[in-house]
Amino acid sequence: MLAKKQKNKKSSLFFINKEREPLFSKKNRALLSDPLDDNNPITVQVLGICSALAITVQLKPAVVMTISVMAVMGASNVIVSLLRDLIPNRIRIIVQLVVVASLVALVDQILKAFAYDVYKQLSIFIGLIVTNCIVMGRLEAFALGNGVWKSFLDGVGNAAGYGFILILVAFFRELLGSGKLYGYKVIPEFIYDLGYQDNGLMLLSPMALVTVGIFIWIQRARNRKLIEKN
Amino acid sequence: MESYINLFVKSIFIENMVFAYFLGMCSYLAVSKTVKTAVGLGLAVIFVLAITVPINFLLNSYVLQEGALGWLGDNYATLDLGFLTFIMFIAVIASMVQLVEMIVEKFSPELYGNLGIFLPLIAVNCAILGGSLFMQQKEFSGIIESGVYGLGSGVGFFLAILAISAIREKIAYSNIPEPLKGLGITFIITGLMAIGFMSFMGIKL
Repeated sequence: MLAKKQKNKKSSLFFINKEREPLFSKKNRALLSDPLDDNNPITVQVLGICSALAITVQLKPAVVMTISVMAVMGASNVIVSLLRDLIPNRIRIIVQLVVVASLVALVDQILKAFAYDVYKQLSIFIGLIVTNCIVMGRLEAFALGNGVWKSFLDGVGNAAGYGFILILVAFFRELLGSGKLYGYKVIPEFIYDLGYQDNGLMLLSPMALVTVGIFIWIQRARNRKLIEKN
Repeated sequence: MESYINLFVKSIFIENMVFAYFLGMCSYLAVSKTVKTAVGLGLAVIFVLAITVPINFLLNSYVLQEGALGWLGDNYATLDLGFLTFIMFIAVIASMVQLVEMIVEKFSPELYGNLGIFLPLIAVNCAILGGSLFMQQKEFSGIIESGVYGLGSGVGFFLAILAISAIREKIAYSNIPEPLKGLGITFIITGLMAIGFMSFMGIKL
């Protein structure tokens, strides 16, 4: 971990020294793609679980949440990365919280103005992006020690990894729980006539946990280097 | 008095922070490997929730709500500072955590030794901010009511993390499929526990 951090630091120094590397070099692409699988914020880093579970009953709030988190993470990573040499180490958490909280207030007001029904559905979970551990975790672990462009990619990549799980869980819960996708009926009537029934249990919150648990199982069975040693 | 007890029980069991709203899940999963650390974190959460919810209640009803600034004079009576909610709440929480940390360090070094590392973590625990935001949403009528709610939510979190850490200590010895070990099985057990806690939902208080 430490070695990795130092390597990151070195490359960001190069970045500043104008030894130009292309905007989407291999390393930068890895910043975007790693969080989707090997280093997924939810299933591997165990960050940001709360919101992932609570708003996945339907696809629509999950998609809106993903976009909001992506906007907040991209912007906050850039801001903190710009400020990283100015922030005194002792008060960095408060500074980060203020940056994130202002961005979240912005997203909150925008949603309230343009998507009021989703805003009502998400209720306090928009506000909880402030304490979403993904945001803080990536600020601490990455943006404080890396250049602006890299931090931006890291923020967007991690938000995408988070959104990927969110949308996957919401997809199964909405499909099996109410037979709809994004609010539209997708399971045709004749299947219901044959005796199929929506599984109401999928709509209840405990099933979100079980669904994520099963995803973790599938992912680790496929990618055995992620298996935990006790 | 009776309504306070009802609210207390309700916030512990029926509206349990962890099982009903999934708040504080990150630290719940990260710090529940052993019972000892779980108890430390649980106590710290009770402590901070019981303090920050009433303070944020005062802040909400005298500064942030629409018309709350009326006590400053008629000019201010129509102001609505609701958009500042997150910044104010999180500032209060972060500074309270810092304050609590200093007080505990001064007066009870032993407790500080036990809670030490967990206190800073709590500033970014969603259960704490969630408690304050729910308080705002539920529009409590008085400071005692919000205090009881904060305390009850904290106790609910404490119970949840105590239970899962005890179970995790035991299942360390059981033969679970390799890829499911650790995080996966913890998720599924939490799901089952949440189903158990749903049985409280039928209780009308």
